[in-house]
Amino acid sequence: MPTPETDIVVDDPTAPADNSPAVVSTRTVEIVVSLLLLALAGLFCFDNWRTGIAWEADGPQPGYFPFYLGLFLAGASLYGLVTAIVTRTGAAQTFLTRDQLRRVMQVFIPTLLFCLFTQWLGLYVASFLLIAGFMRIIGRIALWKSLLTAFLFAVIMFFTFDVAFDVIMPKGPLEAAFGY
Amino acid sequence: MEAFGLLLHGFQVLLTWKTLAVMMVGLVLGIFVGVLPGLGGPNGVAILLPLTFTMDPTSAIVMLSCIYWGALFGGAITSILFNIPGEAWSVATTFDGYPMAQQGKAPEALTAAFTSSFIGSLAAVLLITFLAPGIAAFALQFGPPEFFAVYLLTFCSFVGLGREDKHKTIISMTLGLLLAGIGMDTVSGTLRMTFGWNELLRGINFLVAVIGLFGISEILLTMEERLALRGHTASIGLRVVLRVWKDLPRYWVTLLRSSVIGCWLGITPGGAIAASFMGYNLAKRFSKDKDSFGKGRIEGVFAPETAAHASGTSALLPMLALGIPGSGTAAILLGGLMVWGLNPGPLLFVEHKDFVWGLIASMYLGNIVGLVLVLTTVPVFASVLRVPFSAIAPMIVVSCAIGAYAIQNATFDIWLMLVFGVVGYVFKKIGIPLAPFTLALVLGNRAEDAFRLAMIGAGGDLRVFWSNGLVGSITTLALILLFWPLLSPLFERASRLWRPADGSRAA
Repeated sequence: MPTPETDIVVDDPTAPADNSPAVVSTRTVEIVVSLLLLALAGLFCFDNWRTGIAWEADGPQPGYFPFYLGLFLAGASLYGLVTAIVTRTGAAQTFLTRDQLRRVMQVFIPTLLFCLFTQWLGLYVASFLLIAGFMRIIGRIALWKSLLTAFLFAVIMFFTFDVAFDVIMPKGPLEAAFGY
Repeated sequence: MEAFGLLLHGFQVLLTWKTLAVMMVGLVLGIFVGVLPGLGGPNGVAILLPLTFTMDPTSAIVMLSCIYWGALFGGAITSILFNIPGEAWSVATTFDGYPMAQQGKAPEALTAAFTSSFIGSLAAVLLITFLAPGIAAFALQFGPPEFFAVYLLTFCSFVGLGREDKHKTIISMTLGLLLAGIGMDTVSGTLRMTFGWNELLRGINFLVAVIGLFGISEILLTMEERLALRGHTASIGLRVVLRVWKDLPRYWVTLLRSSVIGCWLGITPGGAIAASFMGYNLAKRFSKDKDSFGKGRIEGVFAPETAAHASGTSALLPMLALGIPGSGTAAILLGGLMVWGLNPGPLLFVEHKDFVWGLIASMYLGNIVGLVLVLTTVPVFASVLRVPFSAIAPMIVVSCAIGAYAIQNATFDIWLMLVFGVVGYVFKKIGIPLAPFTLALVLGNRAEDAFRLAMIGAGGDLRVFWSNGLVGSITTLALILLFWPLLSPLFERASRLWRPADGSRAA
C-alpha cells in the first residue's frame, strides 16, 4: 500500500492571524444593512408612488407591482432590524477581524483602482498593472515572474477576446499607438 | 418514443467537429474553474459567457453546459485531494473522500466520485429526455394567469422551504424583483426607478449582477481566510478504475437512492446542497456498518456525489420546460438564452427543436467525454492548485470585468459589478441567501408581465388566479408553501389529535 504523502504545498505569507481583534460584530452589520435596505425600500416606494400605483380600468398602473414589493422589502428589513436589536446572541459573533479587514482591503482597493484605470488606460493595460502589482506586493512573488505572468495574461486575453472572438474591450492610448 | 427520435436528431446536430471541439474546450475550462478556489459553477459560467456571444446558440449552450459539467467534476478533485470543498454541495464528499486520500486511496476515491457524478447526471438527463417534452407540451396551454401562478409557486417555495431565516429570503427576493423593474416598463413604456440617471435606462443587467455577486464577492471571501494548503497528488490508473467499476453493482441501492433524491430536490428550487447531505445521511442510516462512515468509506463518496449531480442536472428540467431555473447556475444559463434572443419556456420545444435536442444530447455526450477527460487528466488539474492565489485572484478579477463589460459594452457595468461584489460579500456574511435574488432578478420582468397581462385579461379581477382548476390549484399550492412554516406545526398538532388512541395502546 502506498504511503500517504502531501505532495502539494502552497504557503500564504500574508495570512491573517487567528487571534486578530474584531473590528465589527455581525449584529452591528445586520443593523446597518437593515437600515440601508429600509431606506432603499422607502426610495423605491416613493418613486413608484409618483409613477402611479392605482388601478386603472384595464389593470394596475406601472408603479403598482414594484410599490408593493417595496413594502414587502421594507417589512422584512424592519423585522430584521428589530430581531437584530432585540436578540443578544449575534453580539458576540465577529463579522470581521482586523487582519481579515486588511486582507479584504488588499484585494478590494486594487480592484477599485483597476476599474478606475480601465477608463483611461483601457482594460488590457489596467489588467497588466493589476496582476503584476498584486503578485509582487501581496503575493511576494519574484518581480520577473510577476511581470511575465501579467504580460502573458494580458496578451492572451487580447488575442482571445478582441482578435479571435470579436468581443471588443475598452482601450486606451497604448492600443491606439499600435493602431487598434 | 418520439423523444428517442428527436434525441437522435439532436446527436446529429451535435456530431460535428466544431461542436465537439467547443465541448472539449468547455469541459477543460469548467474543470479548471471547479478546481480553482474562489470560483465555481455559477461564476464560471457567468464569467465565460462573453466567449460565447459570437457563436451560434447551439454551440454556445453546448459550451456553457459543458463548463457547468466540468465545474461539477472539478469540485470533487479539491474535496478529495485537499479537503477543500470547491462548492457547498461538495462538502459531504470531503467526509469520506479526504480520509480515503489520506490512506493512500485517492485514486479510488476520485474514480468513485467521477463515476457517481456521471451516474447521477445520467439519471437526471434520462428524466429530462422523457419528462421535459411532456411538461412543455402541457405548459403550452398556459395563459398569463397560469404562468404567474407558476412563478409565484417558485418564489413561495423558496421562502417556505428554504433553510435560511424567512425574512432574509424575502429581503433577497424582493430586492431582486425590484432591481429587475428598474428601467423602461415593458407594458406601458414608462420609466421606473431610474431617478433621472441615464445609465439606469437600460435596467440592471442580470449577468452583470451575477458576475459581481458570485465572482467578485467570492474573491473577497476567499482572501479572508488563510490560503495555505497542502494536499495529495494522484493519478488514476486503468486498473483502479476497473476495480472500482467492478464493485459498483454492490452499491446499486445507494446509487439509485441518491439519484432519486437528487432528481427530486433538483427540480424544486435550491436543492443541490440539501441533496448531497441527504444522500450521504440516508446512505449512513441504512448502512449495516454506520461507524465506518467518515473514516474513508467508498460508499460515503458515492452517495453525496450522485445526489449532488443528479440535482445539479435535473435543475435544468424546469428551465427548459417552463422557463423557470431550478438553481443559480440554471438561472445563468437562462440569462444566456435570452442574450441569444431565445425565449425560454415551453415554446422552445416547438420553435427551436434543434437547439433543445442539441442541448439534451450534449448532456449525454458531455458527461461521457467529461468522465474520460477527468479520469485521465487529474494530475494536471490537481497541480493547478500549486499556482499561488495571489496570481489567480487578479486574473479572476480581470475575467469578471471582461465578462461584465462585454454584455452591453458599458463601462458603467464594471462599476455595477464592483457594487454587487460588495453587496454579495456582505449578504453572504450575514446569511442573506443569494439564490432567490438571482432567480428574482432573471424572472422579475416575466413574472410582472404575466401578472399584468392576466389582470388586463380579467379586467383587474384578482379572482382570475382561481378561475379554473389548474391555475387555482397552483396558486393555492403556492400560498400553502409560503405559509408552510406556520402550517406544519398545525398539521403536526392535528395528527397528534388523531393518534393518541393507538399511542396509548402502544404504551
